[in-house]
Amino acid sequence: METSAEIRDRLRNLFESQKLAVVATQTGGQPYASLVAFVATDDLRHIFFVTARTTRKFSNLRSNPRVAVLVNSGINQESDFHDAISITVTGSAEEIKDPERQAFLELYLSKHPYLEDFARSPSCAFVRVAARSYYMVQNFQSVMEFHIDQ
Amino acid sequence: MSWIISTENMRREDGHRVGGKGLALGLLARGGFAVPKTLCVTCEAYQAYVSQTGLRERILLELNRKAFKDMRWEEIWDCATRIRNMFLRKPIPSDLAAQLKDAIDTFFKGKAVVVRSSAPEEDEAASSFAGLHESYVNIQGTDAILKHIAKVWASLWSDAALLYRQEIGLDIQKSAMAVVIQEIIVGDKSGVAFSQSPNDTSQGVIESVYGLNQGLVDGAVEPDRWILDRRKKTIISHTPAERKQMVIAGESGVRLDALPQQLANVPPLNTQEARHVFQLALEAENYFNSPQDLEWTFRHNDLVVLQSRPITTLSPQQHDDGRSWYLSLHRSFENLKGLRQKIEDELIPAMINAADELARQELTVLSDQDLAAEINRRWEINQKWTNIYWEQFIPYAHGIRLFGQVYNDAVQPEDPYEFIDLLTRTEMASLQRNQMLADLADCIRNKPSVAEALRTGQTEGLDPQFLAAVDRFVQRFGDLTCAVTGGTQCEQDSEALYKILLEMAAHPSLQPARSSLNDKAALQENFLNSFDGQQKQTAIELLGLARSSYQLRDDDNIYLGRIEAQLLAAVREARQRIDAHFQGASEKKIADELRKVVESLDHRPQFQPPYKQKPQDGFIVQARQLIGQPAGPGLAKGPARVIQHTADLAEFKYGEILICDAVDPNMTFVVPLAAGVVERRGGMLIHGAIIAREYGLPCVTGIPDATRLIQNGDQVTVDGYLGIVTIGSSGL
Repeated sequence: METSAEIRDRLRNLFESQKLAVVATQTGGQPYASLVAFVATDDLRHIFFVTARTTRKFSNLRSNPRVAVLVNSGINQESDFHDAISITVTGSAEEIKDPERQAFLELYLSKHPYLEDFARSPSCAFVRVAARSYYMVQNFQSVMEFHIDQ
Repeated sequence: MSWIISTENMRREDGHRVGGKGLALGLLARGGFAVPKTLCVTCEAYQAYVSQTGLRERILLELNRKAFKDMRWEEIWDCATRIRNMFLRKPIPSDLAAQLKDAIDTFFKGKAVVVRSSAPEEDEAASSFAGLHESYVNIQGTDAILKHIAKVWASLWSDAALLYRQEIGLDIQKSAMAVVIQEIIVGDKSGVAFSQSPNDTSQGVIESVYGLNQGLVDGAVEPDRWILDRRKKTIISHTPAERKQMVIAGESGVRLDALPQQLANVPPLNTQEARHVFQLALEAENYFNSPQDLEWTFRHNDLVVLQSRPITTLSPQQHDDGRSWYLSLHRSFENLKGLRQKIEDELIPAMINAADELARQELTVLSDQDLAAEINRRWEINQKWTNIYWEQFIPYAHGIRLFGQVYNDAVQPEDPYEFIDLLTRTEMASLQRNQMLADLADCIRNKPSVAEALRTGQTEGLDPQFLAAVDRFVQRFGDLTCAVTGGTQCEQDSEALYKILLEMAAHPSLQPARSSLNDKAALQENFLNSFDGQQKQTAIELLGLARSSYQLRDDDNIYLGRIEAQLLAAVREARQRIDAHFQGASEKKIADELRKVVESLDHRPQFQPPYKQKPQDGFIVQARQLIGQPAGPGLAKGPARVIQHTADLAEFKYGEILICDAVDPNMTFVVPLAAGVVERRGGMLIHGAIIAREYGLPCVTGIPDATRLIQNGDQVTVDGYLGIVTIGSSGL
């Protein structure tokens, strides 16, 4: 059985290797999924992404901050079924502002330097997801849960 | 993988890493030719820089905002400006910078250098990038050299280079740039040499100037020219230049200086020297096995090769692949100064005179025949000024662009359009017009009786003071009917004007953003303090030129609009007569003549119908987020007012977002009522963007089909930071 430290390593490795995640928000009971460029903190407690304030996802998460985030290592091949790892994170999202924003923006841009103009735009919100639980799927159907002590 | 390589260590197979210019110098050095001490920063260094800093993807994101073919040149210039600023602001990563610095320090030991582009593409068959990428002469100090390496890298993405690569079909994604760093040779006389003339294969050509080569290469100094016989190696002809100036090395960079009197009557080369240069060109041809185009300089009596490249076999005429046009996109400071003088002292006063002269002509007293002649005369005058507008006024806008580049190089601002803040709040005619409108609206706001009279249309007993003010406005700018009817109906009818005034009076007035006056002084000081001595003087002059150029960009349309209004006044008079003649058949013949003239003028822009959202096979298409160019910072939300016809302008309501195909300054009177501006035409310097910036309104330009995809009354959000327009609820 994998230890907690091993699982955490696996999560960190996946988060470092993947640039994009799917974020699910909702409005009036209708889920809505969006692709975002993300970064996760080393302690796995937080995931950050940037969105324009005019988007549906931002509007949704302002009225209901509960979100799910999916990251996976698939390469769009058959082998993904046995080989890829998927992680679903549930938690709650909030916009963070300066001075906190500045520090995490640096972390974000070190992973996505090409998004500098986008991420620094005053019309974009810097969003932090406080992770509550991780659901890790591998070997097609093996699922482990990983809960964070709040 | 190495990031820097000296010519001594270069091999032929390094060509793809060091570019054509770098390789030629390496081979020349190996062949025993006298060349300056040269280092080459390889393409791998460029690749390392753009990968580690994220610039590679950032550039491609910028260039793929929309299809390249859908971009107007102005938009490409904007893109290039943003990309150049990325290179200026993004430091070279420390490991790369350390290696470059170390090599440069050891090799040049603090001496001044020339930093030149050497892109591998410059070598591709049938393409010539000569002049499209940049070179910097007389750069001193390692940090300055590093800065200029970044500038040369950036020139890979200049508007001209982008367009040229597009035209000759090179893949932008594969572009890379090597940089040649040479010890500067401060020659007494310099020039170019073609071992074989592009026009006559039995001849060679030499061109020469006093001082450095820069003056000849960028066209500022006229060269002496020699034609030589290739076989006999003798001079066939010498065409002397009018020798007035020379380019010399300043403290840093180069400058144009007057030629000392005693040199003005002496050709830069004597016969022996000319033959010496030609001999060198032939040796280079022999060495490379193909005719060569050489740059050379004489320092005292030593002849040095600065660079050598193969001559493309086609003559310049046959080889017109548009490069010369792309080169003409940029005008020199000297050229623009001349243009300014001509425009300010000659053309604008003449244009105002022309309009005044036409306005004085009483049309009602003319016979039908004379009226037809008068319409033709006015058409020709209008045509003449329209041509001048395109040939002289439009290129003058390069003054703004030149200033923008100099400003960004000096200040390296976060916002690449910060320089525009130094140009705004000039006394543009459109702003003066809007101020007069705001004052009239104030009158209405303060006198409910006037508002009531205008609303009910009972205008007979209006306050004489107010009427006099309206008269003054109409005298100067017309009563807006011309603008709202697209010029088809310029009669004295103040209905549109009153409508707009009532709307303005019902809401707080929007003034041009004045808060930035202090900031502007600080910006100006900061900019000018980046220069010393002679350079500072030039910077002050350039700022003056840019302000004049910025102001003219709006004013010229207003002046042109006045001339056009006079043409239309004559057409209107003719129309009235045609209508009247219709009653009595006896006068029909002359009326026909008039009618012919009038009909020949009756072409107005066609507005595109809105896109119809009909379900097709059960699917409905709806635009949600449209990407254009960010042209005025800010975020605003409001109902869309889509201008399908100029008449729609009169319906404009406070707080709406102006959505239009192309605004001309004669239409911008509604902008003080608007919350934001969206325009189909792209660019930072188009009229909609200029006026939006003056009022501090968010503005997005360059949205194809803006007036078709957005429906009147749609809720829209304008994101002027990112250049995005969102249709529908945005949760803001």
